[in-house]
Amino acid sequence: MAQSQSGSHHHESHGSMKSYVIGFVLSIVLTIIPLVVVMNHMLTKTGTVFLILVMAVLQFVVQLFFFMHIREGENARWNVMALIFGLVILLTIVAGSIWIMTYNQVVH
Amino acid sequence: MAQSTAHVGHHHDHAHDHEHDHESLKTFGFWIFLITDCLLFGTLFATYVVLHANTNGGPTAKELFEMPGIIAETFILLTSSFTSGIAVLAMNKGNKKQLITWLGITALLGAAFVGLELNEFVKMVHEGATIHTSAFLSGFFVLVSTHGLHVSVGLVWMIGLMFQLNKRGITTVTKRKVNVISLYWHFLDVVWIFVFTVVYLMGVM
Repeated sequence: MAQSQSGSHHHESHGSMKSYVIGFVLSIVLTIIPLVVVMNHMLTKTGTVFLILVMAVLQFVVQLFFFMHIREGENARWNVMALIFGLVILLTIVAGSIWIMTYNQVVH
Repeated sequence: MAQSTAHVGHHHDHAHDHEHDHESLKTFGFWIFLITDCLLFGTLFATYVVLHANTNGGPTAKELFEMPGIIAETFILLTSSFTSGIAVLAMNKGNKKQLITWLGITALLGAAFVGLELNEFVKMVHEGATIHTSAFLSGFFVLVSTHGLHVSVGLVWMIGLMFQLNKRGITTVTKRKVNVISLYWHFLDVVWIFVFTVVYLMGVM
């Protein structure tokens, strides 16, 4: 009995109905805001790009914390470190490609 | 006597811990896979962003994309991410029937997503916008269909897992498998949010 309790303890910490509902509502709000702003042309081009990218990143954070439980489980630290490592490479590839190709077109 | 019982108990715990370590290591391994998948999508995003203005006289993003279908796809996928979470909650409660039902709902939503996406692709090809038309469309089809392929693979996997759960019930192994596919599904939702933002929203701006 005691064992099954301590065994289920690890898994029970993997979110509750409340955290899933909060995550779901947040992700819907974070999808509707950029949608409304883009469809109604509410901001300047730069403003819109900035806003919708921020919303997408926030959406990513919501999924990580409310759904993927990145801070929970025994390997939580390693999960986070692997993720940060991945994101550094990701940003280097994406930002680096955009930067160098923009520069390329200016020279032409 | 008491000592030997304690000893046996210890042994049992040890074996249990060992199995538990093994399973949690596998989950960590899956995180590493997700990170590599993240890099794959990152390079495809970089390619798309670099090429998206090169339409070679063909249709542009603004002319091509029809938002109602895309918005439906987005909300379907967001909901399926939520229902796969509910499936995990049902599993933690030890309710096999509920778990399989919620996985089934998730799979149906995923199938609806793939169906809408295929429908969109067929429409585009009929309008003469194929992968050969321009660099923009090559980038577009490769990025979006790689995501669609991931969702389709997840579907096959999820259906297989539903059969296995039905047969074996909730064990340490099937538990880990459900946790892992739920991670995979949430991850695909995240990738779609970026497809939605970078490809579609920026395309129709």
